[in-house]
Amino acid sequence: MSPMPPPRPARSAAVVAALFSLDPAGLGGIWVRAPFGPARDGFVEHVRALLPAGAAIRRVPAGIDDGRLLGGIDLAASLAAGRRVMAAGLLAEAAGGVLVLPMAERLDRALCARLAQAQEGRFGAIALDEGIGPEEHLSPALADRMAFALDAADLLARRPPARVRGLGAARRRLVRMRMDDGVAEALCHVAAQLGIFSLRPVILAMRTARAAAALAGRRSAGEEDAMLAAQLVLAHRATRLPAPAEQDMDQAPEPPPPACGDDAAPPAPPETEGEQAADRVLDAARSALPPELLAALLLGQGRRGAAGGRAAAPAAATAAHGRPLGARPGRPGREHGLALVDTLRAAAPMQALRRRERPDHPGRVIVLGSDFRVRRHQAPVRSVAIFAVDASGSSALNRLAEAKGAVQLLLADCYVRRDQVALLAFRNRGAELLLPPTAALARARRSLAALPGGGATPLASGIDAARDMALGARRRGNRPLLVLLTDGGANIGRDRQPGRAAAAADARAAASACAADGIPALLIDTAPRPNAFAAELAGVMRARYLPLPFADARALSRAIRAEQAA
Amino acid sequence: MGPYPFSAIVGQAEMKEALLIAATEPALGGVLALGDRGTGKSTAVRALAALLPAVSAVAGCRYRCDPADRRRLCPECRARRVGGRLPRERVRVPVVDLPLGATEDRVVGALDIERALADGVKAFEPGLLARANRGFLYIDEINLLEDHLVDLLLDVAASGENVVEREGLSLRHPARFVLIGSGNPEEGELRPQLLDRFGLCVEIRTPTDIGERIEVVRRRDAFEQDPAGFARRFAAAEAGLRDAIVAARRLLPMVAVAEEVLALAARLCVALGTDGLRGELTLLRAARAKAALEGEVAVTPAHLRAVAPAALRHRLRRDPLDESMAGARVDRALDEVFVA
Repeated sequence: MSPMPPPRPARSAAVVAALFSLDPAGLGGIWVRAPFGPARDGFVEHVRALLPAGAAIRRVPAGIDDGRLLGGIDLAASLAAGRRVMAAGLLAEAAGGVLVLPMAERLDRALCARLAQAQEGRFGAIALDEGIGPEEHLSPALADRMAFALDAADLLARRPPARVRGLGAARRRLVRMRMDDGVAEALCHVAAQLGIFSLRPVILAMRTARAAAALAGRRSAGEEDAMLAAQLVLAHRATRLPAPAEQDMDQAPEPPPPACGDDAAPPAPPETEGEQAADRVLDAARSALPPELLAALLLGQGRRGAAGGRAAAPAAATAAHGRPLGARPGRPGREHGLALVDTLRAAAPMQALRRRERPDHPGRVIVLGSDFRVRRHQAPVRSVAIFAVDASGSSALNRLAEAKGAVQLLLADCYVRRDQVALLAFRNRGAELLLPPTAALARARRSLAALPGGGATPLASGIDAARDMALGARRRGNRPLLVLLTDGGANIGRDRQPGRAAAAADARAAASACAADGIPALLIDTAPRPNAFAAELAGVMRARYLPLPFADARALSRAIRAEQAA
Repeated sequence: MGPYPFSAIVGQAEMKEALLIAATEPALGGVLALGDRGTGKSTAVRALAALLPAVSAVAGCRYRCDPADRRRLCPECRARRVGGRLPRERVRVPVVDLPLGATEDRVVGALDIERALADGVKAFEPGLLARANRGFLYIDEINLLEDHLVDLLLDVAASGENVVEREGLSLRHPARFVLIGSGNPEEGELRPQLLDRFGLCVEIRTPTDIGERIEVVRRRDAFEQDPAGFARRFAAAEAGLRDAIVAARRLLPMVAVAEEVLALAARLCVALGTDGLRGELTLLRAARAKAALEGEVAVTPAHLRAVAPAALRHRLRRDPLDESMAGARVDRALDEVFVA
């Protein structure tokens, strides 16, 4: 009678959709990381079909204002009716149902904070994340609150069945669902083994286990349900690989008390039933580790971004403050306040005419929606200093340590000015993002200190990567400044093949692209003696050229400040 | 469903104690909780507010004015008082969330546009500061809040009054609240000038002990399955805690600080090189609240030592890039000063 296949096929979109539809508010949401397309739309449609009749499903446009999101006074309607007319917000409308968040990787920070605040147990969210690369993704604060994650491969893996039977009965069962002893322990152990520190995922996994048991027609959630929950909720959050099963017995998370202790200590069995259950659940989770995450963990890189900062959530460039720019017609909302005087000024010439049309409003100013004027402000622009550090062997020999020191001083400078910083390093075959734009200086310093040196110099790739990042920062309304630290010894081209001549040509091309985009830049020459090629490159880039031997920290800092002031 | 009971929160001893001290001594300057996501910061604040006894307020007042505190009445209550005794009602202690991206209008309050346009009346529409009066203002991710809003909040929190001078409005109303900020420094730092405006600062970590983690998750689950039954389980503990806070507030004005404890506090601040006197004052205030919570009428060196990390760790003059935990430096100084 069970409508569900056995839990082995991990991360199946159909299973996730069915579980989520049982308790969307409790399970928080599904993070769908997939490009726009029929597979994704089909999945959202599928979830919609599974929800009980009458459950709300609402789409949140990216530019939604507070009035529409949280509800409030409907100004135009209030004026027309001459009394207070309230409008319900989208969040209230979606209570108990589902909110769909398109372009979830670009949701601004304020909106994410509001959604996270409102979400707890009130609605489920389907976040449609179209981010490309590790830098763009859903805000971690929201992702933490969503039980499930799917990516494009999961959506394509199998077409969900048109309908799932028995959901109504499962929903009724869920209300009184019990849970076997040991499920909580098992899930806690698995989370610890996978390096998941937040406790919210564990709680979400417990709710998932209950939903899974309800779907399978059981009265109590047991080990099987815990395994499914570990696969669906915990596996994709892993920040480290669990110890192999064989070693588990020797390296249990808590070493058993010494056997020769006082007589009060119970004889410690090698492994209790509960621990064995935890191991089985862990095995299930291990089998469901997404392959690309597995590869990253094997390389010891962990999951950058997802674990730490809110890399993608662009700095909110709402223009609710800053230098005033004057009024223009529009709707007052989160971004623009109503400019009262300008509104009345706009309404004034029409008064005689309007009074004739509305004799029921004698002696009052009649203001219509079309009269509204809103204040506009110039949003303060944030500077983002992008440090691209040449960490190649020649540079390491020369003065990587000194370059690091210079960057550190500059970082302290940025801290004082509240600039954001980003850190890129290039060596061997390519450029690596060490730190997406952030205001957290401690992290910048740590990534810098941990930066190893050695290998060839893919200068062109480094410049290209820095340019991409600068353009991204500009798209988000920030002002980028590129600081390139190199000794000019380019020897790897864009095609990743060694060869000095080609590498130099490519570096020149990359530099001129920067100049064409008008990205302000500084080139700090880290060679022992000023390097002719580095100086030439600075010319092509239209960058200020600073040879390190002559540039002490103070001069560097002055140069950056001058560049940013420009 | 009521909030999760305060006494059912597992671990997080330092945060719980800081909140209790702030509830006992609201003039302390609030609590800043720095640390990981999903550690129950918001749960703790809500639970604390639910625990506190209801307060007496002027019935129908938009600012929940305290009828006993005549000097701080809002303009409306002052006008009503001329006509006779103010009606009273019991109200719960409010917890107001300040969302990231809130505009100044919503925080401070603004001209009531609807009434201005419809009736031609210049009326004030209170903002979040008014709603938080006599309660808690909770700001998650305060480190990501716009700087000008943080300035404004700290200013109001320190003066206990919201002064509105904008859009042709000119008024002031009481806004006394305990500011609770939380944030993860990994995601952006709080401006150093603002750090020391907070009374206490606690560092929160997700529990790493597996037993503790299991207990957190178990209790949360038990609460979700049967909120009423769970609340009953902790009712006695909650009542005990409430009584302790009420008694401590009464006792607080009588708690004495001996000369030697004052000297100890001064030595500690000198050893740590904290700027200004704010650190010393907060340290003593927090120690007095701690003594009052324990039902004692004199501050002992032990009280001082217990509150010193939270009262001082965010006041150390620091190199922004120096990562050694401030807590460790306070501990070292404590060991030195208390041995001497």
